[in-house]
Amino acid sequence: MKTSLLLASLLASSAALLSAAPQSFDFKDPKGVNSAQFRLDAPLEAISGSGNGIAGTVLFDAAHPSALSGTITLQTASLNVPNSMMREHLHSADWLDAAQYPEITFTTRAVNDVTANGATTQAQVTGDLTVKGVTKSITVPVTLTALPGKLADRTGGQMQGDLLVLRTAFTINRSDFNIMPGQVTDKVAEEISLTLALAGAAVK
Amino acid sequence: MTFSRLLRFLSGTVLLATFWTWLSTGAHFGWTQNQIRVTELDEITGIEAVRFVPGFVAGVDFLAVAGTATALLFGVAWWLGRRAAPHA
Repeated sequence: MKTSLLLASLLASSAALLSAAPQSFDFKDPKGVNSAQFRLDAPLEAISGSGNGIAGTVLFDAAHPSALSGTITLQTASLNVPNSMMREHLHSADWLDAAQYPEITFTTRAVNDVTANGATTQAQVTGDLTVKGVTKSITVPVTLTALPGKLADRTGGQMQGDLLVLRTAFTINRSDFNIMPGQVTDKVAEEISLTLALAGAAVK
Repeated sequence: MTFSRLLRFLSGTVLLATFWTWLSTGAHFGWTQNQIRVTELDEITGIEAVRFVPGFVAGVDFLAVAGTATALLFGVAWWLGRRAAPHA
Protein backbone atom coordinates (compact mmCIF):
# COMPACT_ATOMS: atom_id res chain seq x y z
CA MET A 1 0.00 0.00 0.00
CA LYS A 2 2.82 2.36 0.97
CA THR A 3 4.68 1.51 -2.24
CA SER A 4 1.58 2.25 -4.34
CA LEU A 5 1.10 5.61 -2.63
CA LEU A 6 4.77 6.48 -3.14
CA LEU A 7 4.59 5.50 -6.80
CA ALA A 8 1.42 7.53 -7.31
CA SER A 9 2.94 10.62 -5.70
CA LEU A 10 6.10 10.19 -7.78
CA LEU A 11 4.05 9.95 -10.97
CA ALA A 12 1.99 12.99 -9.97
CA SER A 13 5.08 15.08 -9.28
CA SER A 14 6.66 13.97 -12.56
CA ALA A 15 3.53 14.99 -14.45
CA ALA A 16 3.53 18.36 -12.68
CA LEU A 17 7.18 18.87 -13.58
CA LEU A 18 6.54 17.90 -17.19
CA SER A 19 3.57 20.23 -17.50
CA ALA A 20 5.64 23.06 -15.98
CA ALA A 21 8.46 22.57 -18.47
CA PRO A 22 8.68 25.18 -21.21
CA GLN A 23 7.07 24.21 -24.47
CA SER A 24 8.76 24.71 -27.80
CA PHE A 25 6.47 26.54 -30.24
CA ASP A 26 7.25 26.32 -33.94
CA PHE A 27 6.31 29.55 -35.76
CA LYS A 28 6.46 28.16 -39.28
CA ASP A 29 2.69 28.22 -39.55
CA PRO A 30 1.39 25.77 -42.16
CA LYS A 31 -1.75 27.87 -42.62
CA GLY A 32 0.34 30.90 -43.57
CA VAL A 33 -1.40 33.39 -41.28
CA ASN A 34 1.85 34.64 -39.77
CA SER A 35 2.96 37.96 -41.13
CA ALA A 36 5.07 40.95 -40.36
CA GLN A 37 3.52 44.18 -41.58
CA PHE A 38 5.47 47.34 -42.16
CA ARG A 39 4.67 50.96 -42.93
CA LEU A 40 6.76 53.95 -43.90
CA ASP A 41 5.23 57.36 -44.38
CA ALA A 42 5.68 58.94 -47.81
CA PRO A 43 4.30 62.15 -49.35
CA LEU A 44 1.68 60.74 -51.74
CA GLU A 45 0.83 57.53 -49.97
CA ALA A 46 2.34 55.56 -47.08
CA ILE A 47 4.38 52.58 -48.23
CA SER A 48 2.90 49.58 -46.52
CA GLY A 49 3.33 45.91 -47.08
CA SER A 50 3.89 42.61 -45.38
CA GLY A 51 6.02 39.50 -45.34
CA ASN A 52 4.81 36.02 -44.51
CA GLY A 53 8.06 34.04 -44.68
CA ILE A 54 8.10 33.58 -40.92
CA ALA A 55 9.89 30.77 -39.10
CA GLY A 56 11.52 30.22 -35.74
CA THR A 57 11.08 28.63 -32.37
CA VAL A 58 10.03 30.13 -29.06
CA LEU A 59 10.28 28.42 -25.68
CA PHE A 60 7.42 29.49 -23.45
CA ASP A 61 6.20 28.33 -20.08
CA ALA A 62 2.94 29.90 -18.93
CA ALA A 63 4.00 29.26 -15.32
CA HIS A 64 7.29 31.11 -15.83
CA PRO A 65 6.70 33.61 -18.65
CA SER A 66 9.89 35.53 -17.89
CA ALA A 67 11.83 32.48 -19.09
CA LEU A 68 10.60 33.19 -22.62
CA SER A 69 13.32 32.71 -25.23
CA GLY A 70 13.69 32.06 -28.90
CA THR A 71 14.35 33.37 -32.38
CA ILE A 72 11.95 34.53 -35.07
CA THR A 73 13.13 34.89 -38.65
CA LEU A 74 11.54 36.56 -41.65
CA GLN A 75 12.59 35.79 -45.21
CA THR A 76 13.48 39.18 -46.69
CA ALA A 77 12.31 38.11 -50.13
CA SER A 78 8.82 37.44 -48.77
CA LEU A 79 8.26 41.14 -48.13
CA ASN A 80 5.69 42.42 -50.55
CA VAL A 81 3.98 45.70 -51.45
CA PRO A 82 1.03 46.38 -53.78
CA ASN A 83 3.27 47.70 -56.58
CA SER A 84 5.74 45.28 -58.19
CA MET A 85 8.20 48.05 -59.14
CA MET A 86 8.30 49.19 -55.51
CA ARG A 87 8.77 45.56 -54.50
CA GLU A 88 11.85 45.32 -56.74
CA HIS A 89 13.24 48.50 -55.20
CA LEU A 90 12.55 47.16 -51.70
CA HIS A 91 14.52 43.97 -52.42
CA SER A 92 17.33 45.75 -54.25
CA ALA A 93 20.84 46.31 -52.88
CA ASP A 94 20.00 49.95 -52.06
CA TRP A 95 17.19 49.03 -49.70
CA LEU A 96 17.05 45.59 -48.04
CA ASP A 97 19.43 43.69 -50.34
CA ALA A 98 17.41 40.51 -50.14
CA ALA A 99 19.97 38.57 -52.18
CA GLN A 100 22.84 39.20 -49.75
CA TYR A 101 20.78 39.37 -46.55
CA PRO A 102 18.03 36.79 -47.03
CA GLU A 103 16.82 36.86 -43.41
CA ILE A 104 15.69 39.37 -40.84
CA THR A 105 16.00 37.89 -37.35
CA PHE A 106 15.06 38.69 -33.78
CA THR A 107 16.62 36.74 -30.92
CA THR A 108 15.46 37.27 -27.35
CA ARG A 109 17.99 38.24 -24.69
CA ALA A 110 15.91 39.36 -21.68
CA VAL A 111 12.29 39.55 -20.60
CA ASN A 112 11.10 42.24 -18.20
CA ASP A 113 7.93 43.84 -16.81
CA VAL A 114 5.97 40.63 -17.12
CA THR A 115 2.26 40.79 -16.31
CA ALA A 116 0.00 37.79 -16.67
CA ASN A 117 -3.76 37.94 -16.90
CA GLY A 118 -5.36 34.56 -17.51
CA ALA A 119 -4.12 33.17 -20.78
CA THR A 120 -2.53 36.46 -21.78
CA THR A 121 0.98 37.55 -20.83
CA GLN A 122 2.45 40.94 -21.54
CA ALA A 123 6.14 41.69 -21.34
CA GLN A 124 8.92 43.93 -22.52
CA VAL A 125 11.23 41.71 -24.52
CA THR A 126 14.78 42.81 -25.22
CA GLY A 127 16.57 41.13 -28.06
CA ASP A 128 18.89 41.42 -31.01
CA LEU A 129 17.25 42.54 -34.23
CA THR A 130 19.31 41.88 -37.35
CA VAL A 131 18.32 43.65 -40.55
CA LYS A 132 20.59 43.91 -43.62
CA GLY A 133 23.46 42.44 -41.64
CA VAL A 134 23.27 45.07 -38.89
CA THR A 135 22.41 43.86 -35.38
CA LYS A 136 20.93 46.22 -32.79
CA SER A 137 19.54 45.55 -29.35
CA ILE A 138 15.94 46.71 -29.08
CA THR A 139 13.16 46.34 -26.52
CA VAL A 140 9.67 45.64 -27.78
CA PRO A 141 6.29 45.19 -26.07
CA VAL A 142 5.03 41.66 -26.60
CA THR A 143 1.63 40.14 -25.88
CA LEU A 144 1.47 36.35 -25.70
CA THR A 145 -1.78 34.43 -25.68
CA ALA A 146 -1.70 30.75 -24.82
CA LEU A 147 -4.35 28.63 -26.53
CA PRO A 148 -4.06 25.18 -24.92
CA GLY A 149 -5.31 22.29 -27.02
CA LYS A 150 -6.28 24.53 -29.96
CA LEU A 151 -3.88 22.98 -32.47
CA ALA A 152 -6.37 20.19 -33.11
CA ASP A 153 -9.01 22.76 -34.11
CA ARG A 154 -6.66 24.26 -36.69
CA THR A 155 -5.57 20.96 -38.16
CA GLY A 156 -8.95 19.28 -38.25
CA GLY A 157 -7.88 16.94 -35.47
CA GLN A 158 -4.79 15.71 -37.34
CA MET A 159 -2.40 17.10 -34.72
CA GLN A 160 -2.83 17.53 -30.99
CA GLY A 161 -1.14 20.34 -29.15
CA ASP A 162 -1.15 23.95 -28.04
CA LEU A 163 -0.97 27.27 -29.82
CA LEU A 164 0.80 30.42 -28.78
CA VAL A 165 -0.15 33.76 -30.35
CA LEU A 166 2.53 36.42 -30.23
CA ARG A 167 1.77 40.06 -31.05
CA THR A 168 4.04 43.05 -31.08
CA ALA A 169 4.22 46.52 -32.61
CA PHE A 170 7.27 48.75 -32.59
CA THR A 171 9.21 51.28 -34.61
CA ILE A 172 12.78 51.23 -35.91
CA ASN A 173 14.86 53.77 -37.80
CA ARG A 174 15.98 52.59 -41.23
CA SER A 175 19.32 54.41 -40.97
CA ASP A 176 20.15 52.33 -37.86
CA PHE A 177 20.11 49.26 -40.10
CA ASN A 178 21.99 50.74 -43.05
CA ILE A 179 18.83 51.08 -45.17
CA MET A 180 19.56 54.14 -47.33
CA PRO A 181 20.88 56.03 -44.27
CA GLY A 182 20.13 59.75 -44.49
CA GLN A 183 18.93 59.43 -48.07
CA VAL A 184 15.59 60.25 -49.71
CA THR A 185 14.16 61.27 -46.35
CA ASP A 186 11.91 63.74 -48.20
CA LYS A 187 10.35 60.83 -50.11
CA VAL A 188 10.40 57.98 -47.59
CA ALA A 189 10.21 58.43 -43.82
CA GLU A 190 13.08 57.48 -41.58
CA GLU A 191 10.85 55.48 -39.23
CA ILE A 192 9.55 52.04 -40.09
CA SER A 193 6.51 50.88 -38.13
CA LEU A 194 6.39 47.13 -37.69
CA THR A 195 3.46 45.02 -36.55
CA LEU A 196 3.72 41.28 -36.05
CA ALA A 197 0.97 38.80 -35.32
CA LEU A 198 2.27 35.24 -35.20
CA ALA A 199 0.91 31.86 -34.24
CA GLY A 200 3.21 29.09 -33.06
CA ALA A 201 2.34 25.46 -32.50
CA ALA A 202 3.62 22.96 -29.94
CA VAL A 203 2.72 19.45 -31.03
CA LYS A 204 2.04 16.93 -28.27
CA MET B 1 -11.77 61.89 -91.69
CA THR B 2 -8.44 63.73 -91.76
CA PHE B 3 -5.46 62.43 -89.81
CA SER B 4 -5.58 65.37 -87.37
CA ARG B 5 -9.28 64.74 -86.64
CA LEU B 6 -8.49 61.06 -86.08
CA LEU B 7 -5.77 62.01 -83.60
CA ARG B 8 -8.13 64.38 -81.78
CA PHE B 9 -10.73 61.62 -81.56
CA LEU B 10 -8.05 59.23 -80.29
CA SER B 11 -6.86 61.69 -77.63
CA GLY B 12 -10.43 62.17 -76.39
CA THR B 13 -10.95 58.40 -76.29
CA VAL B 14 -7.71 57.87 -74.32
CA LEU B 15 -8.74 60.59 -71.84
CA LEU B 16 -12.21 59.11 -71.29
CA ALA B 17 -10.91 55.53 -71.06
CA THR B 18 -8.25 56.58 -68.55
CA PHE B 19 -10.69 58.44 -66.36
CA TRP B 20 -13.21 55.60 -66.54
CA THR B 21 -10.49 53.04 -65.58
CA TRP B 22 -9.36 55.19 -62.67
CA LEU B 23 -12.94 55.63 -61.40
CA SER B 24 -13.92 51.98 -61.89
CA THR B 25 -10.86 50.70 -59.97
CA GLY B 26 -11.68 52.80 -56.94
CA ALA B 27 -10.50 56.36 -57.75
CA HIS B 28 -7.28 55.64 -55.85
CA PHE B 29 -5.25 58.75 -54.99
CA GLY B 30 -2.05 56.76 -54.32
CA TRP B 31 0.32 54.87 -56.62
CA THR B 32 -0.91 52.33 -59.15
CA GLN B 33 -1.15 48.84 -57.69
CA ASN B 34 -0.76 45.60 -59.61
CA GLN B 35 -1.21 43.42 -56.55
CA ILE B 36 -4.13 43.68 -54.18
CA ARG B 37 -3.76 43.19 -50.44
CA VAL B 38 -6.33 40.68 -49.17
CA THR B 39 -6.93 39.94 -45.50
CA GLU B 40 -8.58 36.91 -43.97
CA LEU B 41 -9.33 36.38 -40.28
CA ASP B 42 -8.11 33.16 -38.71
CA GLU B 43 -10.89 32.51 -36.23
CA ILE B 44 -8.88 30.34 -33.85
CA THR B 45 -5.87 32.59 -33.39
CA GLY B 46 -7.64 35.89 -34.15
CA ILE B 47 -4.82 36.77 -36.56
CA GLU B 48 -5.68 38.62 -39.73
CA ALA B 49 -3.74 36.81 -42.45
CA VAL B 50 -2.44 39.08 -45.21
CA ARG B 51 -1.69 37.99 -48.76
CA PHE B 52 -1.32 39.67 -52.12
CA VAL B 53 -3.27 38.57 -55.18
CA PRO B 54 -2.86 39.81 -58.78
CA GLY B 55 -5.09 42.76 -59.54
CA PHE B 56 -5.08 46.30 -60.84
CA VAL B 57 -5.87 49.60 -59.17
CA ALA B 58 -5.14 52.70 -61.22
CA GLY B 59 -3.37 55.41 -59.28
CA VAL B 60 -2.46 59.02 -59.90
CA ASP B 61 0.68 57.98 -61.83
CA PHE B 62 -1.62 56.13 -64.27
CA LEU B 63 -3.65 59.34 -64.66
CA ALA B 64 -0.47 61.36 -65.20
CA VAL B 65 0.95 59.04 -67.89
CA ALA B 66 -2.36 58.81 -69.73
CA GLY B 67 -2.91 62.56 -69.37
CA THR B 68 0.49 63.23 -70.91
CA ALA B 69 -0.26 60.84 -73.79
CA THR B 70 -3.60 62.62 -74.36
CA ALA B 71 -1.95 66.04 -74.37
CA LEU B 72 0.71 64.85 -76.84
CA LEU B 73 -1.88 63.36 -79.20
CA PHE B 74 -4.00 66.49 -79.01
CA GLY B 75 -0.94 68.70 -79.56
CA VAL B 76 0.11 66.77 -82.67
CA ALA B 77 -3.47 66.89 -83.98
CA TRP B 78 -3.65 70.63 -83.42
CA TRP B 79 -0.27 71.17 -85.14
CA LEU B 80 -1.28 69.03 -88.15
CA GLY B 81 -4.60 70.90 -88.35
CA ARG B 82 -2.84 74.27 -88.43
CA ARG B 83 -0.42 73.09 -91.11
CA ALA B 84 -3.26 71.83 -93.30
CA ALA B 85 -5.40 74.95 -92.86
CA PRO B 86 -5.16 77.45 -95.81
CA HIS B 87 -3.32 80.64 -94.96
CA ALA B 88 -5.48 83.73 -94.74
